[in-house]
Amino acid sequence: MSLVNFTTREITCKIVYYGPGRSGKTTNLHYIYGRVPDSRRGRMVSLATQTDRTLFFDFLPIDLGQISGFSTRFQLYTVPGQVYYNATRRLVLQGADGVVFVADSQARQLDENLESLQNLQSNLLEHGVDVRTIPLVLQYNKQDLPRELILSPADLDDALNFRGVPSFNADALHGLGVFETLKAISELVLKKLAAGTAA
Amino acid sequence: MTSALNAKYSFDTFVVGSANRLAVTAGHTVAESPGAAYNPLFVYSGSGLGKTHLLMAIGHAAKKASPLLNIEYLTLDEYVEAFHASVAAGQGDTFRRRFQSVDVLLVDDVQFLTNRKEMQSELLRLTEALQVAGHQIVLTSDRPPPEIADLDERLISRLSGGLVVDIGPPDYETRVAILRRKADERGARFAPGVLETVAQAEAGNVRELMGALNRLVAFQAVNDTTINAETAKQILGLASAPGATPGDGGARAAAGGADEFGDFLADVTVTVGKAVEAWRARVGEAVLRWEGEGYRTQRLEALLERDAPGSVDKAVVAFTKDVERLKELEAEVAELDPQAAGDSVFRDPERVAEAEEVAAKVRDGAAPPPGPSAAFPLAAYAVGPSNQVAVSAARAVLEKPGKKYNPLVLVGKSGLGKTHLLNAIGLELARGRRAVVACLSTQAFIDELIAAIDGNRVDWWRARYRRATALLLDDIHLIAGKERTQEELFNLFNLLQDKERQLVFTAPAPPNTLTGLEERIVTRLEGGLVAELKEPDREVKRVVLERLLTQQHVTPEPAVVDYLADRPADSVRALVGVVQRVIAAAAAQDGPLNAGLAREVLEGQAPREARRSSGFRTSGLVVSSLGGIKSREKMVWEWADVSERVIEEFR
Repeated sequence: MSLVNFTTREITCKIVYYGPGRSGKTTNLHYIYGRVPDSRRGRMVSLATQTDRTLFFDFLPIDLGQISGFSTRFQLYTVPGQVYYNATRRLVLQGADGVVFVADSQARQLDENLESLQNLQSNLLEHGVDVRTIPLVLQYNKQDLPRELILSPADLDDALNFRGVPSFNADALHGLGVFETLKAISELVLKKLAAGTAA
Repeated sequence: MTSALNAKYSFDTFVVGSANRLAVTAGHTVAESPGAAYNPLFVYSGSGLGKTHLLMAIGHAAKKASPLLNIEYLTLDEYVEAFHASVAAGQGDTFRRRFQSVDVLLVDDVQFLTNRKEMQSELLRLTEALQVAGHQIVLTSDRPPPEIADLDERLISRLSGGLVVDIGPPDYETRVAILRRKADERGARFAPGVLETVAQAEAGNVRELMGALNRLVAFQAVNDTTINAETAKQILGLASAPGATPGDGGARAAAGGADEFGDFLADVTVTVGKAVEAWRARVGEAVLRWEGEGYRTQRLEALLERDAPGSVDKAVVAFTKDVERLKELEAEVAELDPQAAGDSVFRDPERVAEAEEVAAKVRDGAAPPPGPSAAFPLAAYAVGPSNQVAVSAARAVLEKPGKKYNPLVLVGKSGLGKTHLLNAIGLELARGRRAVVACLSTQAFIDELIAAIDGNRVDWWRARYRRATALLLDDIHLIAGKERTQEELFNLFNLLQDKERQLVFTAPAPPNTLTGLEERIVTRLEGGLVAELKEPDREVKRVVLERLLTQQHVTPEPAVVDYLADRPADSVRALVGVVQRVIAAAAAQDGPLNAGLAREVLEGQAPREARRSSGFRTSGLVVSSLGGIKSREKMVWEWADVSERVIEEFR
């Protein structure tokens, strides 16, 4: 997919929030939605079950307006975290320009985190994308929980961040780290795009 | 009274952009030849756009070009103050004389002439006096002369009579360039995008820009952090995100107080600016750079019209390559023919092919100066006690050309091998990389100069010799009485010696005994090493003899060589003559070359009449070896001795 269209002067970034179930992906999008001026956001599409679990995916289009003469749009997606929705996840992942992996900081969720990370890798591979080349950032969510329940960012880095990508502590419910994460992934995506066009 | 020139304000630190190029070019011209081009030069611009900087830069550059110039910089207020003080002290005339003797007068802020009638007439008088004396005057103001209120008509026309140029506010690219330079000067480092953000704010003048930069530098220093573009905007109180319209302000991030989305947008803007449109900045920088160096950049400007980067980087690289080629060609041509190097094709990358043609023409016209003759290799030079000094001097010269004996003057009578040694040195020097050895007779040198004068190509002729890495002139005494050649040689000599290029000359006698040479030439020739070649000694003669005989495929008896080497010979050339006579005699007799024959030939004992032992030597009759003439009896093979014949007749 073409990220930058020089003919129509458009930049479109597709960013997917990935991670195990209940790690806080949709919460990230909700927080962002709440901070984007009405004029700049599209309708957030959320298909959730009665128990607030994402059934299909969340979609939040953001229009950043004219930047350097380019009409710039970000499309933020989340995937359903539950193991059995893998087909949906794979579908959403198609054409992603960057991935935010939202990890649940709770110690007991470590295995889910690892499993989901592996799942991300294999789903990307199905699309012919190497996880080492796609822009990726990690978010350690729920860092606001009591210390005894969660792993420290250093531990999480040891366990999950073996590629040394940027990682952020977050409390998505209250917004801590949400925009930092979004900024970081945007920058990686845009830089990669620049490297692609300069060549 | 007079302000000193601020050392910081030079052309080197002046950032040139489209808005000030004309003023800067005029400034350069004035500084290079004060009083000659634009007089007076009147520069006007709004405040903080570089008038004072330019004025001082002119002062610095003029001083650098001619250190003896009397240069004065002062503001109009200082001028007025000085005038009043001197009038009060009854020294008005002294004041006038003082300023009339200034070679380059730089007056800042002349707009304050408004309502100062007496100063206006004083300045008018001064301007006239300076112009008449051919002295330069440069003035600055915040407006053109006709707009200075209440200014005398005569002064307006006087000030407008030279060149009036303005400096406009800098464009975006120039602003970025200025900020970068100033940040560098202050040793301040900023995150990418910060300076661009500052430049995006429409600063009306450079001073405001500097103010903004200073604030950022101070902020960074105080907080000991590296600020980003967004922080820079906050510090400078600029609108947060250029992408957002002013109306968005109210709609921003209702909750939380902090404008997280605004921050995010600003960040993305900077990243996009850097990432997506970075190529425009690169092209813009290239345009500014090459335009600043005086090259035509329409090809690059056309790139900016494009929507997509495509292969702009390649195009910029290709353009740079073309410019580099033009530079090479220009430098090459400048060496060969300084006049031709001024051709505008060397400044237009669209005309590289034409420039190549021009250069090729110049190259064809400028064959290298005549080189040494290959007939005189150093290996063939016979060495002995008689020329030992000269040969070792030559070897020292070859070891360190231009450094040890410069010039080397080989002195000796005709035929002693001066020319051979000169050419041998030339041949050896010519082996060096990029060596251009000019080796010729002084007569040829004079003839070339005359032809050049005749063809109005003296510049070309000079350039041809000036690029020589060594100059070797045979028979330098021939320039005696040739004034112009001596003049040219004098200049060439100094130039080459300055560049440590080797000079070698030959002369029949030591330079200070030659007549008709100017003193300055003689002292210069004497300044290096004067090495004398003496009459060949036995050793030299033996070597020469053996070589000559070997060359003629003659294997002489050792006794012959001894005999010939012992004979007195005042020059090698004489010896060569002797050897040739002997060899001819031996050939005529078809006999071996021995001492007896040599003695016969050389000491007057006539050799016996050559015997005709071969059928090929007949008087007119061609005898075929196949036997055209069978009867030997019909031919007279041996004539009787003359003395016998005489006796016969007397009988």
